[in-house]
Amino acid sequence: MTDIAASPPRASRLWRIFKSVGLLRESRIGMFGIFLVLFWIFMAVFADLLPIRDPLAQSGPDLLKPWFSIGADGGNYWLGTDDKGRDILSRLIFGSRLVLFWSAFATIVAYAVGMMMGVAAGYRGGWWDEIISFIGNIFLAFPQMVLYIVILSQLGPQSPVGELLAAQGFDAVWVKGLTIVLAVMFATAPQVARIVRGIVLDLKTRDYVAAAEVRGESPLYIMIVELLPNARGPLIVDACLRLGYVTIAIAALGFLGLGLPPPDPDWGKMISEVRGYGAQASNAMIWPAIAISSLVLGLNLLADALREISLRD
Amino acid sequence: MLILAARRIASMILIMLVISVLLFVFFEGDKLNLAMRVLGPYSPPEGRLQWLAENGYNRPLLVRYFAWLGGFLTGNWNESAQFSAPVYDFLLPRLKNTAILGGLVFLFTVSIALVLGVLSGISEASLRDRSISVLSILTTSIPEFASATFLAAIFVFWLNWLPGSSSFSNGFSWVELVLPVLTLVIYNFGYYTRMTRASMAEVMSSQYVRTAVLKGLPYKRVVLRHALRNALIAPFTVMILQLNYLLSGVVVTEVFFAYDGYGKALYDAAMFGDVYLILAGAMIAVVVAVMSQFISDIGYTYLNPRIRFA
Repeated sequence: MTDIAASPPRASRLWRIFKSVGLLRESRIGMFGIFLVLFWIFMAVFADLLPIRDPLAQSGPDLLKPWFSIGADGGNYWLGTDDKGRDILSRLIFGSRLVLFWSAFATIVAYAVGMMMGVAAGYRGGWWDEIISFIGNIFLAFPQMVLYIVILSQLGPQSPVGELLAAQGFDAVWVKGLTIVLAVMFATAPQVARIVRGIVLDLKTRDYVAAAEVRGESPLYIMIVELLPNARGPLIVDACLRLGYVTIAIAALGFLGLGLPPPDPDWGKMISEVRGYGAQASNAMIWPAIAISSLVLGLNLLADALREISLRD
Repeated sequence: MLILAARRIASMILIMLVISVLLFVFFEGDKLNLAMRVLGPYSPPEGRLQWLAENGYNRPLLVRYFAWLGGFLTGNWNESAQFSAPVYDFLLPRLKNTAILGGLVFLFTVSIALVLGVLSGISEASLRDRSISVLSILTTSIPEFASATFLAAIFVFWLNWLPGSSSFSNGFSWVELVLPVLTLVIYNFGYYTRMTRASMAEVMSSQYVRTAVLKGLPYKRVVLRHALRNALIAPFTVMILQLNYLLSGVVVTEVFFAYDGYGKALYDAAMFGDVYLILAGAMIAVVVAVMSQFISDIGYTYLNPRIRFA
């Protein structure tokens, strides 16, 4: 065996990612989606460096100001202020941190659990499949929002789960955030599991799985090393859409008063906080609604472009 | 068919049993807080304990569960702690309100989606197809609370055409239904449209449609008579299955517009810890979910001759 007989040099991982982004460039809509998502990621990462006001600073004379108004201190409120005289622009930008972080975190956790459930149900079959599918069906039978509300209304800081998390040294925001992640996991993992199970049922008849079985690999190895990586194509598109749904769900929870605790600027909560002021609050309500819609639009357009690319080859 | 129905109903009952047990155990730890919310934050602790004892919340969990189960089956759904009214009487008019809202939303969503989906599916990759696709993605990206915000800002605060609250406080009115229906239609029609489009596009590229076109049938007749019926099978099943997701959006929309329906009642109940109301609401949700699945299965079999005659 010489080096020449070794497999031909494989394009590096980085280069392949770069090339798939290049494919996306052909789709103008996909590019717009990437632009929207990157815009919010940029805002979230560099929020501290941008020349904006303190998102938590309240100003008594500047309540519910319209956009492009000048504050009592002579500075600009580009997008106006909310009911406590806080700058909406900087609250949106700092809020993008919370929204992106918790949605991504919750989606990743839900995906990890859902993939394990799905691959176990699909590959093992039999009783594994029956039990896992039944557990999934229990959570799928609820309308999602009802499931979220039931779980989160009971898992407050005083609940056993809340106290357990607080005892681990998490602060109030993290305790609430982690319970939201838990709720999202219960609602989303069964859906992911269902998709993964379907793909695995198809994949497990392939020769490379039989080869691994003959080699005597353990079922866990086959599931994680052989099956999951080969299921990734449709899952990437789904994950992109799913991230959008989770973003919507978390913002809706904020709107319903079940999200992250105040005073942190959560987009959904920003709407519900000023809702009681009626017509005066139109300006303060519209901007967070635009922010959340633009982020979800970006994710959906990206998913659409990815699907088109995956269908082409 | 009968076996399928029996299996479905058996699994529905099993799921309902498991969910009711889970909810019972889940809300058990919240009893003292429930008494506190009923009697007010400044009530004495002894009073709260007495309230729990008087209303039967202190009985052992198993006894309480079976008492509830027996009552539920015989139509006695216990009393709501928050509203001091029998759950059944409280929930029924609200279910009716939600049925009106949901029915209208479903009607409009399906009609819009069918028209747009067929229009874009018959001319794949045309400008019309692309515009409709982009419109669908755009509207599905606006969550209910955001589109409700936009609609309220435009039609309530700016133009002052429509009422911003749909609580039916002066009796039933169609005007108050406009915004909640519009909010839900905007979010939901895009998904249905894309589903219809995909199915229509697939059928339009099939052999038998090409044959029909080539043998000189008028295009309109090919689309309406030959393609449409087959193209609608898949979207039909999906649309019925989506009822469950529709219910999720209904909760947010009802809270936003203070619409006195099932979703808002369930939201209030969960925030209050009103366990019997939540149980009843959850049972209804499960029945709706399983029934819609069942109807979609039957519909699929009925619409698809390849399965019907197999």
